[in-house]
Amino acid sequence: MRFVFKTSYDADIRWFKHGAQLFWYALLLAMMIALPLVFIISGNSYLLGEITSVLIFSVACLGLMLLTGQTGLASLGHAAFMAMGCYANILLLNAGVPWLIAFPLAGLLAGLFGTIIAMPVLRLHGVYLALATLAMSIITGDVIDLTEKWTGGVSGISVPDISIFGYTINKYANPYAFYYVALAVVVICTMFYRNLLRSPSGRSFAAIRDSEVSAQAMGINLTRTKATSFFLSCTMAGLAGAMFGHSATYVTHETFDIVMSITLFLAIVVGGLGFMHGAFLGAIISGLIPVLIANGRTLLSTTFGININIPGLESAMFACIVIAFILFEPMGLYGRWLKIRTYFELFPFYRKDMFRRQKSYLKTERVQ
Amino acid sequence: MPGAELGGKRLDFVQLIVSGLANGCVYGLIALGFVMIYKATEAVNFAQGDFMMLGAFFCLGFTNADFMGLNFWLAVPLAMIFMGILGYVFDWGVLRHMSGQSQTSIVILTIAVGFILRFVAGTVWSHEPVSLETPFAGVNLDFGGVVLGVNELLIIVVTIILTVALFVFFSRTKLGIAMQAASQNQLAAYYMGVPVKRIQSLVWALSGVVAAVAGILFASKGAIDPSSGLLGIKAFAAAAIGGFGSLPGALVGGLIIGLIEPLAARFAPDGFAGVARIAPYAILIIVLIFRPGGLFSQTQKKKV
Repeated sequence: MRFVFKTSYDADIRWFKHGAQLFWYALLLAMMIALPLVFIISGNSYLLGEITSVLIFSVACLGLMLLTGQTGLASLGHAAFMAMGCYANILLLNAGVPWLIAFPLAGLLAGLFGTIIAMPVLRLHGVYLALATLAMSIITGDVIDLTEKWTGGVSGISVPDISIFGYTINKYANPYAFYYVALAVVVICTMFYRNLLRSPSGRSFAAIRDSEVSAQAMGINLTRTKATSFFLSCTMAGLAGAMFGHSATYVTHETFDIVMSITLFLAIVVGGLGFMHGAFLGAIISGLIPVLIANGRTLLSTTFGININIPGLESAMFACIVIAFILFEPMGLYGRWLKIRTYFELFPFYRKDMFRRQKSYLKTERVQ
Repeated sequence: MPGAELGGKRLDFVQLIVSGLANGCVYGLIALGFVMIYKATEAVNFAQGDFMMLGAFFCLGFTNADFMGLNFWLAVPLAMIFMGILGYVFDWGVLRHMSGQSQTSIVILTIAVGFILRFVAGTVWSHEPVSLETPFAGVNLDFGGVVLGVNELLIIVVTIILTVALFVFFSRTKLGIAMQAASQNQLAAYYMGVPVKRIQSLVWALSGVVAAVAGILFASKGAIDPSSGLLGIKAFAAAAIGGFGSLPGALVGGLIIGLIEPLAARFAPDGFAGVARIAPYAILIIVLIFRPGGLFSQTQKKKV
């Protein structure tokens, strides 16, 4: 175990706690940059496409993590904001705006739109926000139908290619370039998120999550801070949606459905609510499960001759995993990793209850 | 003849209203179960719609000729008992161990349970829409030109009876008063000798029974399939419109949503068919903006 001797207040908010941490994250980034080499050598870019999808999904997870994990507000409708970002991006690109401007603008538009919708509900407690966003998520498809003139409605609309300084990037034509664009978006969003956590805003988000009353007592403007969090979260969701559009190349009113919203939500829970790493772990898990189930199915049918084809199996399995996590590991995958790491760091002094909360009580939102 | 046409329109309108009321009663009953749980345990059961669906499938599994083929009047109480047991066991086995965790995790948990229930119902019974075989299916009553389905009238009557029964239960019986006490102040109720844990499980059982009734009523009106549980989302809208902690509010909210749907479909301009589907949620968002606590608001500011 490494003890960091803090000699200045800045040590509390440094990007990296110590050199080793910096080394590991730099190594991870280097590996991610070098990853396409493996696929260039093997000549099979299918898996790279999957990894790119996971990267895009993890941006959306980061956005939702900021809202749910950091600020403690549950949104069950983030697919709606992804849709907003996606369609804004398409419309801007079709209007001739260059991608480098259209893409961030689409995110900002989604953020603004989300904030306007959520403003009235943010004054209420958690369940209402969950309900209002759930309602948003359900009507997204119908709203896209109604605005068929711009969105293509049921028949869908094709997404223009990314074009940076005259260089055109299409997911199928040049998957490697597309991977790097997705990676760049992920890195920028991650750095933004990390920076936010070091700032007063990030700390006031956490204060609201832990206790609204105490946060208010410390002089935090609840509604404004929640709205800021919602804006940033929806902006990230919008960016993820725009990238998702580029990755899907064709979107219809069914692309951003309620299942996507809920999958997003379940993913961050499995990953670990409140941890940045949790967003990525959740995105990886939710990307892995369909692949695992498909492989398991093939294995069963080739070795035992059993054909399992039950609709809804994937979501049911995912749901079982989520329930298991909530009951047995509420801190998620990243929490589990923290516990394992602490076990080895403190060996043999780790105790089972080290991560347990001292007081276990019903967190009430009612007047007592 | 313009007069006859006008009369026809009026009759048509009455049928529209009755059918809307019947739908509204189903939404209201789901919302009722939802609010009951919220009041008693502060848990938000996002699987209430799926409980409704499962209740309908239990009844269907007992009575339909394809499955067990029991008498309908035997199948209904059986379905209610099974759903009651399911509600009790769910609270006893799962939710009781969640105390101390945030409301968000309970929301996620119930959503996940909804997915599983949908999967189970689809695997055990059917993925395709099936209709419940009831003795009164397709029977219509003619009130001087107004043709109303017996099932729709029955839905309204049963809802009224159930509401009165619940009212009497909560205000007159010992158990009902204990439930009220436990939902108002857990600690005080506990000191008064109310077994709060068991009471909470019983509230879950009761809401399971109400969900079963709602499901049976819904299935008697049309077909049911595993994804009918998503209807529950309209019921949440109903609960929020009524004000989250209010039982009569839940029913009124349900009726509002039930009525608004056919009316929006009827009076929407051509080419805007989607309006009818958006209407319930639009109402929800409008109510939340202008009267954030719902129509029967009970929320106050929390004090430290």
